[in-house]
Amino acid sequence: MERFELTCIGCPLGCLMTVEKNGDEINVKGNTCLNGERYAKEEVTAPKRILTQSVRVRDGVDKMCSVKTSAPIPKDMIIKASETIREKTVDAPIEIGKIIISNICDTGVDVIATREVRKKA
Amino acid sequence: MYDVVIIGGGPAGLSAALGAKKKGCSNILIIERSEKLGGILNQCIHNGFGLHTFKEELTGPEYAYRYIKMVEKEEIPFLLNTTVLSISPHSVTYINEEEGVRTIETKAIVLAMGCRERPRGALNIPGDRPSGIFSAGTAQYLTNIEGKMPGKRVVILGSGDIGLIMARRMTLEGAKVLAVVELMPYSSGLKRNIVQCLDDFSIPLLLSHTVTKIEGRKRVERITVSAVDEKRKPIPGTEITYDADTLLLSVGLLPENELSRKAGITLSPVTGGPIVDNSFQTDSDGIFACGNVLHVHDLVDYVSNEAEKAGESAALYALSDRKPSKKKIPVSVFGLARYTVPEMIDEDTKEDTTIRFRVSNVKKDGKITVRVNGEEVISKKKRIMAPGEMETLIIPKRILEKYEIIESIEVGTED
Repeated sequence: MERFELTCIGCPLGCLMTVEKNGDEINVKGNTCLNGERYAKEEVTAPKRILTQSVRVRDGVDKMCSVKTSAPIPKDMIIKASETIREKTVDAPIEIGKIIISNICDTGVDVIATREVRKKA
Repeated sequence: MYDVVIIGGGPAGLSAALGAKKKGCSNILIIERSEKLGGILNQCIHNGFGLHTFKEELTGPEYAYRYIKMVEKEEIPFLLNTTVLSISPHSVTYINEEEGVRTIETKAIVLAMGCRERPRGALNIPGDRPSGIFSAGTAQYLTNIEGKMPGKRVVILGSGDIGLIMARRMTLEGAKVLAVVELMPYSSGLKRNIVQCLDDFSIPLLLSHTVTKIEGRKRVERITVSAVDEKRKPIPGTEITYDADTLLLSVGLLPENELSRKAGITLSPVTGGPIVDNSFQTDSDGIFACGNVLHVHDLVDYVSNEAEKAGESAALYALSDRKPSKKKIPVSVFGLARYTVPEMIDEDTKEDTTIRFRVSNVKKDGKITVRVNGEEVISKKKRIMAPGEMETLIIPKRILEKYEIIESIEVGTED
């Protein structure tokens, strides 16, 4: 059996929760609502996060273009994905939503632009 | 002659412009100091914006983009790279490269200048004065807009949201964040930011600690932090010294009210923003205020909502000859409530009034109470209230209508 200590992010109450995981059976204690239980179960089975970062731009009016993963990716892939994004340079123009890196680190998720960058005149 | 001139093209200014347009104003102008609309959202590349407004999680630039597109669609004119030098009721003087100094006439003005970070000078940290000390917002600008890393080994003083966000940002760009240090026994940041920006990356949060020494000749070399007692005085013998090259300061935001002050508008000593009534009008005729220049918000969604209302009020003022009644009832606070916005309610108001306020300390299982003429009219249970989270409550107009004469309105907290 595994035990985890978590702080709920659902509301400012920030309940301290203890989660016991025994195979498929998950027990949550310390939560005060159902949202807390749902969050705790997801956190101990498959925690995921949206990754936001920025990439360098060539020939753009801006030097950098902000990007995000188009869906949450597994938490343990965040650092590896951030290292890949850090190395990337993109040519202007860039439209908002444009795919900057497809299938980042084989997660099946794309990295997309969150701003438009026009080409330098 | 303009109907409404809006000072600031960030989220508050954009939303105020759309609100004014919605109420039928055709002659609106937005004046923006920087080279882009969108304000601080342009450098807030993290997500979590727009859950209330758009029912989805957007990044800052995406949130700004949606508002800029709406403003463009409504063909609302704006000036960029233009700094307002002074305002007075019904006129605005600005300067830019094309026009030089120019004064324009307007029926109404909306102040939407936002806020700025509390600088280091206000803090009196002992030690050397080397390079490598940045406000968190400056570090955010350098990292996200300029693509330059402020440093490699970082200590962050203050656990406000920008500090927490920057702890994650610096980590993702390859820096080592050694600690986030908070003077108070609680963080003023949102819970989700503590979990997702610190815990996810095992960055320690030292509550009831502060920076007591900065060492370094040209560049920061060492930073010492100490635990503090209940009176926030450093406790000798608790020092921890980090080999750090960078100190980020995230120690609070101040509404940017130089223009308001020069124009003689009365400011609140608590919020640092203008005192307004429930139409967001200041005590200067035809000048309205909204967003972070009025009081510092946690969520941009609340800024947009408030600013739209302020824009609508400015439009109604500009388009009608009706002047609001002079009789305004002050809203006073009790318990843990530190202030309210608005601070005054028009006696003849025809609408429900949204009251926003902050508490001075963490309160569990308390109540928010509203009293009119000393009589309790609203009592709402709250499981938790915290200084970092703005409270919102609505006083329905039917409650105020019941009273022939209103002498006092009080908003506050109880056990």
